[in-house]
Amino acid sequence: MSEQAHAAFVADFGRRAAELPGGGTSWVERMRRLALEQFAASGFPSRHEEDWKYTNVEPLARHRFEAPARPAAVSAQQVAALGFGADVREHLLVFVDGHFAPELSRPGALPGGASATSLAQVLSREPARLEPYLAGAMPSGAFGALNTAFAAEGAFVHVPRGVALEAPVRLLYLSASADAVTHPRTVLVLEDGAQASVIEQYAGGDGIVYFSNAVTQALLGANSSLTHYKLQQEGDRAFHVAAIGLRQGRDSRFVSHSLALGASLARTDIGVRLEASGCECALNGLYLAGGSQLTDHHTRIDHLQPQGRSREFYRGILDGRSRGVFAGSVVVHPDAQKTDAHLANHNLLLSRGAEADTKPQLEIYADDVKCAHGATVGQLDEEMLFYLRSRGIPAELGGALLTYAFAQDVVGRIAHAPLRARMADILIARLPEGRLIRENA
Amino acid sequence: MSSTVRQLDEWISQPYQHGFVTEVEEDSVPAGLSEDIIRTISARKGEPEFMLEWRLQAYRHWLEMKEPHWSHAHYPPIDYQSIVYYSAPKRKPDGPKSLDEVDPELLRTYEKLGVPLHEREILAGVAVDAVFDSVSVATTFREKLAEKGIIFCSFSEAVREHPELVRQYLGSVVPPKDNFYAALNSAVFTDGSFCYIPKGVRCPMELSTYFRINARNTGQFERTLIIADEGATVSYLEGCTAPMRDENQLHAAVVELIALDNAYIKYSTVQNWYPGDKEGRGGIYNFVTKRGMCRGASSRISWTQVETGSAITWKYPSVILRGDNSVGEFYSVALTNNRQQADTGTKMIHAGRNTRSTIISKGISAGRGQNAYRGLVKVLPGAEGARNYTQCDSLLLGDKCGAHTFPYVEVRNPSARVEHEATTSRIGEDQLFYCMQRGLSAEDAVSMIVNGFCKEVFKELPMEFAVEAQKLLGVSLEGSVG
Repeated sequence: MSEQAHAAFVADFGRRAAELPGGGTSWVERMRRLALEQFAASGFPSRHEEDWKYTNVEPLARHRFEAPARPAAVSAQQVAALGFGADVREHLLVFVDGHFAPELSRPGALPGGASATSLAQVLSREPARLEPYLAGAMPSGAFGALNTAFAAEGAFVHVPRGVALEAPVRLLYLSASADAVTHPRTVLVLEDGAQASVIEQYAGGDGIVYFSNAVTQALLGANSSLTHYKLQQEGDRAFHVAAIGLRQGRDSRFVSHSLALGASLARTDIGVRLEASGCECALNGLYLAGGSQLTDHHTRIDHLQPQGRSREFYRGILDGRSRGVFAGSVVVHPDAQKTDAHLANHNLLLSRGAEADTKPQLEIYADDVKCAHGATVGQLDEEMLFYLRSRGIPAELGGALLTYAFAQDVVGRIAHAPLRARMADILIARLPEGRLIRENA
Repeated sequence: MSSTVRQLDEWISQPYQHGFVTEVEEDSVPAGLSEDIIRTISARKGEPEFMLEWRLQAYRHWLEMKEPHWSHAHYPPIDYQSIVYYSAPKRKPDGPKSLDEVDPELLRTYEKLGVPLHEREILAGVAVDAVFDSVSVATTFREKLAEKGIIFCSFSEAVREHPELVRQYLGSVVPPKDNFYAALNSAVFTDGSFCYIPKGVRCPMELSTYFRINARNTGQFERTLIIADEGATVSYLEGCTAPMRDENQLHAAVVELIALDNAYIKYSTVQNWYPGDKEGRGGIYNFVTKRGMCRGASSRISWTQVETGSAITWKYPSVILRGDNSVGEFYSVALTNNRQQADTGTKMIHAGRNTRSTIISKGISAGRGQNAYRGLVKVLPGAEGARNYTQCDSLLLGDKCGAHTFPYVEVRNPSARVEHEATTSRIGEDQLFYCMQRGLSAEDAVSMIVNGFCKEVFKELPMEFAVEAQKLLGVSLEGSVG
């Protein structure tokens, strides 16, 4: 494997480390140095590693990326086009090429002392606020280490005890410069009984090669509730690697939606740790891939304490010469009695040349549990198509409707109505013969 | 329920019943592995030159290979130089011509195992190719099979008498470089069974072989090769038991099946090697490579296995579905108790058009056993209309055991349909209660529920084995319920 990018990142660190926000604070410097050492030692993963068996990151490792010193110009119209409507209530933070863009952001006022701020601002002004969350948390793997080494900009969302945010926080990470690399770091902290929903949106220009290497970490207090949306709409030549790590407190609830639409290579890792009893989590996902796109999801749910409940529901639609990868593992640790876990992954292969690789896994070390998983790869049900035709619906439209319905099973779970509507529009635009649905609606 | 729990505890802690060592004079080579040892083995077996070359090549390749450690099992490192690679019971100068001439000590061993050859000959109509350590000592029904043109003999004999067939097919499904243990086996295999069913012949009886590890420190490296020519049908049974001892023993067999056009091979295994004692001391390491190739159109290969023994079971009987319309099947019951570990499953590689495969796997974990299903279903771009159905269920008996599922699905054809489902649960209190209030004892209730759980697999076993399999589960599984 080419080590060009690897060496470049290491060299880059030497030049830039001192200038990064929070430089001069000893724990920040230590965190970055340790992370860089880890990255320098491991290098980019190869396909010999089980977690990267189906995803070859060599094209990424071969490319020379640079962190843009200043962001490219982005207009308010461009930002508006990525929104879900002018009248939607939300707290919006916009980042362009790894820099916070206050002129494009509309954070608004958050209730009850809650805050949603640029991570760099907090790092340079009051780093102590972040120390409990960042200092000890080293995301695993080469990409997580790389993010941590350069962790500078991103968002810090903090919701105090008992406070519920009515409107969602939307974090828009935009890339507009060619050969740019960004390492967005999102820190979400919900204290006991807090409630919030957060939309992380990644987007960028078509035709340019860039690399988003994101890490999101969330800490959920007892009885808190977080709904998290990750909407990945990167440009068609982009590399996107993201890790989401979550720790759940007693009786907390976590709902995740990962909607993967763009990028030439996209990888999302989601790790949820149910660290106290009575936790619930639901992971939903939809990946659409065409052309020569590769979309990869790796999820892991650790049931560490009794009475946990997890649900996982991922669907993929693969067209062209694309490849969809899903690996979902559920681990039930010895103390996690009364665990109820269910995982499903269904894939629709639309064309010759497309490939689906799925790997659902169960590891169970407790006996009083109810666990199941299912995975399928196939195509539309002939009988359903026949039924629709017998009711006078032409085959093309019938196929489009069934494909749409297949995806809609995931989209329908999105609680935030404006995003749900936007996803429905995207589906119609993206699916083959989708226009027929519009025309016949 | 505590008294029934105590009863069950006594019951599951029954010592291994087949643990005894037969005193037979042995003809062994010194422990260790080198080119000289391989030359010695080959010379003692009177093999042709090509066989020796084949072994040496495999050995040289093995030296460069790394021992794999990706399975879900933990065990101390294996010292390959402390293993005795060849040991054969000494023969009378001319060898036994019939069962009467076989060492009575050997026959008594089989009797203790419940395999009376004489009775089987008459009652069951089974031809037994008994492998006692490394060399076949008795082969029955040879003539009856020969009438049909069926070759069923020990591997050494096949190498000597049918070198052209061996040369053509040996290593064609599991190449010597396939994996670490297959390479080791290719270098040092001492004996095994060879079977060739000619065109259009339906084998008139179940073919069976009883493997048995005897002689301390003798790893067994059998090699089985079964070829079903066009339109042939054969059902092959393999059963294993091993005597009790303390040192771990490595068992690295290779089984190759080849089915040509319209041929059908059914391969059934009941594996009950010594599992080690309650603390996990001793027991067999069963690291086996089993693979079948559906080479011809409309051919079919079916694996059925009941794995109750061994300290560690690590095997994936697989089928390469190359012929159009070929069918692969895998039915498995794997049971782990005490500190046993099992990492087993299958691979179905769909290459031909309209190929179909079915995987039914039932894992039962008790005590501190760890049971993993690992499987791969791969549909290649040319496998138009391929179909797979996979179901793997796990039953947990006890709070210290583990059940794991690692399926891989890789599909590269849009007309393929692949389904996988897995569940894990324990025996319901309500099911137990229901059975017990109908007058069944706790152990009978568990036995009934577990047998029901395994029914889909047991019904695939030949009659003789189905009975034995149920008995085996009865001895080695139930309990830990309460």
